[in-house]
Amino acid sequence: MRPDLVHDVVQLTAEHLVLVASSMAVALLLGVPAGILLTRRAGLRKWLLGFASVMQTIPSLALFGFLIPIPLIGGIGPRTVIVALALYALLPIVRNTFVGIATVDAAVCESAVAMGMSDGQVLRQVQLPLAAQTILAGIRIATVATIGTATIGAAIGGGGLGVFIFRGIASVDSAQILAGAVPAALLALLADGGLGWIERKLAPA
Amino acid sequence: MPLVEFRDVGYQTAGKTILSHISFSVEAGETVVLLGRSGSGKTTALKMTNGMLFPTSGQVLVEGRATVDWDPIRLKRRIGYVIQDVGLFPHFTVAANVGLVPKLEGWGQISIDRRVDELLRKVGLEPAEFRLRYPRQLSGGQRQRVGVARALAAEPPLLLFDEPFGALDPITRNELQQQFLELTRDSHKSSIFVTHDIREAFRLGHRVALLSSGRLEAIAAPTEFRRAETGEARAFLAGLED
Repeated sequence: MRPDLVHDVVQLTAEHLVLVASSMAVALLLGVPAGILLTRRAGLRKWLLGFASVMQTIPSLALFGFLIPIPLIGGIGPRTVIVALALYALLPIVRNTFVGIATVDAAVCESAVAMGMSDGQVLRQVQLPLAAQTILAGIRIATVATIGTATIGAAIGGGGLGVFIFRGIASVDSAQILAGAVPAALLALLADGGLGWIERKLAPA
Repeated sequence: MPLVEFRDVGYQTAGKTILSHISFSVEAGETVVLLGRSGSGKTTALKMTNGMLFPTSGQVLVEGRATVDWDPIRLKRRIGYVIQDVGLFPHFTVAANVGLVPKLEGWGQISIDRRVDELLRKVGLEPAEFRLRYPRQLSGGQRQRVGVARALAAEPPLLLFDEPFGALDPITRNELQQQFLELTRDSHKSSIFVTHDIREAFRLGHRVALLSSGRLEAIAAPTEFRRAETGEARAFLAGLED
């Protein structure tokens, strides 16, 4: 690799990781409770899952464009990118949390209630442990997608490995494009492998 | 005072009448079998006893108090519950499954362990061999035994059984029925037992209550029940002859 790129690779990879980690943290904090809420409030299902699905259909560049003028969450820079990435990551997390809990064996949930467990106890001791694998699968899908999508964040000044890619395209410099694309792909593979490993660990042996 | 009393109980859901005008009681130490076809309302009646469902008319009283007036958690913990699919927690060991209610009740670990071993022996499972197994490592009959042990764990005065032996082979079912008789006789527990099998009903019940389309057609001790004349009773009794 060209020596002038090495320093930037480290810097931009770090930025990229911060973008992904922050947006995933937001998506998890909103998505998992939302998924749990859906298992308790049937009336919300259509609205929440619909909202999350619609978010996914908006092309990412357009979503950035929509967010820029919005006060507090918008503007130019990483904050807008984090909001957009979190919105994209919501659907797999909300859906898998909901589906994971909803597909826990009905006889198991019924007997948990009949044993005199409170709703919170059923959730924490029975439903979440048994749904953990499905929920984690959703988190893995969301993380891998977010690592890829985060490269577009550079378009609105969000930083990250996308900076290389945009710069490389502008100056017709394949080395720069690769300096952005290869680390992003490696990050995605690492996240996929690592989270997949945890997922298998959670599988009933 | 009867342990359980149904007073003119009705249940309707989504415009359909599941139960109407059901009245009967269960005395201390007594086993009442609810017999009926699929859809006759027997499981619904069972679920009203521990507050999984509440009557839309009439009242169900447990220890003299209406189920709606009980703290729902307290009521359920006073009543053991065994269902056909057992509903053991797949991520809990046998010991953790059996010790669940004592643990919820805040017992110390030493008393829980002692109680679990005692119960496993009672249902014919050697604790040293079975304590640390997971439900998927058990046969259907063994799972059902663990389910019974779990229901008995916190010494409830009343046990509910929803077709617990329906999915078992005839030999295992016979063994578990025998064990049921021993357990209920020894510990002087009351139980309500749901089944569609008249032989099982006659073998296990002090009295048999026949439900048909949500109505109580007859309730009588087996010897007396044999003389019942209603259509549904004759239909079930015909099953005894072959």
